[in-house]
Amino acid sequence: MRILRYLVPFLSVVLFGAATSAGTLDTIKKKGWLTCGVSQGLPGFSVPDAKGNWTGIDVDFCRAVAAVALGSPDKVKFRPLSTKEAFTALQFGEIHILSRNVTWTQTRDSALGVNFAGILYYDGQGFMVRRDLGVRSARELDGAAVCVNSGSTTELNLSDYFRSHGMKYTPVVFEKSDEVLAAYRAGRCDVFSTDQSGLYAQRLKLPKGNVHMILPEVISKEPLGPAVRQGDDQWFNIVRWTLFALIGAEELGVTKSNVTVLEKKTRNPAVRRFVGTEGKAGANLGLDPKWAVRAITAVGNYGELFERHLGNKSRLKISRDLNRLWNKGGLHYAPPIR
Amino acid sequence: MVIVVVLVSWVIGNTFDNLSTRGIASGFSFLQSTAGFGISTSLIEFSEASSIGRAFWVGLLNTLLVSAISVALATILGFAFGVARFSGNWLLARLAAVYVETLRNIPLLLQIFFWYFAVLRSLPSPRQSFDLMGLFFLNNRGFYVPALEIFDGGGWLLSVLIALLITAFWQRQQKLISRSCSGMAVLLLVLVFANAGISVPVLRSFNFIGGAVLSPELVALVIALSTYTAAFIAEIVRAGIQSVPRGQIEAANALSLSNKDRMRFVVIPQALRVIVPLLTNQYLNLTKNSSLAAAIAFPDLVSVFAGTVLNITGQAIEIIGITMAVYLTISLAIAMAMNAFNRTTAMRGLSP
Repeated sequence: MRILRYLVPFLSVVLFGAATSAGTLDTIKKKGWLTCGVSQGLPGFSVPDAKGNWTGIDVDFCRAVAAVALGSPDKVKFRPLSTKEAFTALQFGEIHILSRNVTWTQTRDSALGVNFAGILYYDGQGFMVRRDLGVRSARELDGAAVCVNSGSTTELNLSDYFRSHGMKYTPVVFEKSDEVLAAYRAGRCDVFSTDQSGLYAQRLKLPKGNVHMILPEVISKEPLGPAVRQGDDQWFNIVRWTLFALIGAEELGVTKSNVTVLEKKTRNPAVRRFVGTEGKAGANLGLDPKWAVRAITAVGNYGELFERHLGNKSRLKISRDLNRLWNKGGLHYAPPIR
Repeated sequence: MVIVVVLVSWVIGNTFDNLSTRGIASGFSFLQSTAGFGISTSLIEFSEASSIGRAFWVGLLNTLLVSAISVALATILGFAFGVARFSGNWLLARLAAVYVETLRNIPLLLQIFFWYFAVLRSLPSPRQSFDLMGLFFLNNRGFYVPALEIFDGGGWLLSVLIALLITAFWQRQQKLISRSCSGMAVLLLVLVFANAGISVPVLRSFNFIGGAVLSPELVALVIALSTYTAAFIAEIVRAGIQSVPRGQIEAANALSLSNKDRMRFVVIPQALRVIVPLLTNQYLNLTKNSSLAAAIAFPDLVSVFAGTVLNITGQAIEIIGITMAVYLTISLAIAMAMNAFNRTTAMRGLSP
């Protein structure tokens, strides 16, 4: 099964040409759905609920793209992928968008044949320890055993941090995050390290969450965002502008509940361009004028998405910090629709 | 032949064309770049500043280490249980049967998880370690032993001792060799304690520092692989023994050989002819199964190279290609060695 996952795309690249790299929009229109690569289960980002429906901010982003490109947020199939498989699946066209908590790095952007469409969540790697260890700062972790997930950028950041502070550590590297958590629970490691959002999410799975604390240090920049395959600029634009529409909507005050009212009544020219009553933003993307309205009707604006899946309305209760809008002290900034 | 060569070169050319048109990096230059990640268990010197090529060797050696130890243990255990099934002691024979049927009918991955988490949960934290003479410590981070500094990490010391043990086991009937072996072991021990550069594990804020450590991942993996494979070997040994004609046993009885001597001089040598070729398969399986190490964080070839390195470089085709080639090479080498051994046990005059 695992070998097959590599073999099929491997054979396809070996035997056939690169003919399928253009026209993703036409392909998915013909098919009637798009395929979205998500994580194998990270609360708040992409996780299946009891009924098997995927929920989370990464999942809703794909729903928004489906609404924009295909007219309905339900026309999307989710494919859970490990970090290791994720880029291979995208490279060989098994998925149309990778919307999985993966970090945007230079190597991935330039050497893997993929393009990152933007940043959905500003994250950073952190540490979780047991409170009774008596550790208050990551600087006190000299000599600790650290459980991490194989792949992503976690291992590299970890070794950079310990090396730059002249500290020693023992990496214990697992393939899947469930085993990382199990080993941490069993006392194999002193520290659990992954992106901070992941630490909050994993802590929910521990029986007594408040026995464990997340250390204040953030040791890396982890911009997480959706990626598409290189070579189809139209599809890249659609995914990128879906993201900007979600962020822009929050700035304009367009929400899930008021978007249909604004569509008919507003006189604000920026909002009018957004809802498609002015300008030709939709046509430029190869879509109809109501593209952005559909995204907001489907999932709400970025602020609503955040609160629903990660913020105060969720179990995670992550504070928005860097993920506020630029005019509220955060980093999210959407270029204007003109 | 010509067609095959043309086809293969077309496939390779086409692959690289496709990769470059899609903007995906290719080639093997990544092996020279800096690794930048750490590895917990390593037989050779490795740090974050080492190259990715060196990380490959670390993974490969770890795979070979775990396979070699497990093959040795599985063979010993397998022979013991295989022979035990013929024991006159009803309880012993039944126990051996239960062992075989249980172990070989449960998926290996589950057994690996079982041993890993069973080992971890049953051991104390570093601060409450089991302490032996202030030199040896056992806790859920591993088994800490003093190590020779010159051996750097003690992995080598461990492998030398194990190699000695295996030789001693195989050559048991030759007293001379066994004596020289124990002599060498004593010599080594004297060397260890006389040498000033010996490092003893000391408890620091979190873990023990210094000395050599046998990690719980390695222990769990070795136990799981060897007990699982031993169940199959036991069945092969049983089949081998049953293949010896009854007349041979009756003849041995007629010569009034003891039970032990009958087994050792009459039955086992003839059974080996059946056993050895089948044993080769089990050794191959064991080596390939060792790739499940990635699930419990043992840094073998698959975990380090086809895991971490693949993630960092993203060059799936090259890395999976190299990994497959390595397993193929290991398997062929084992098969060759076993075939050579088989020639020494095969019935002379009968085999072509």
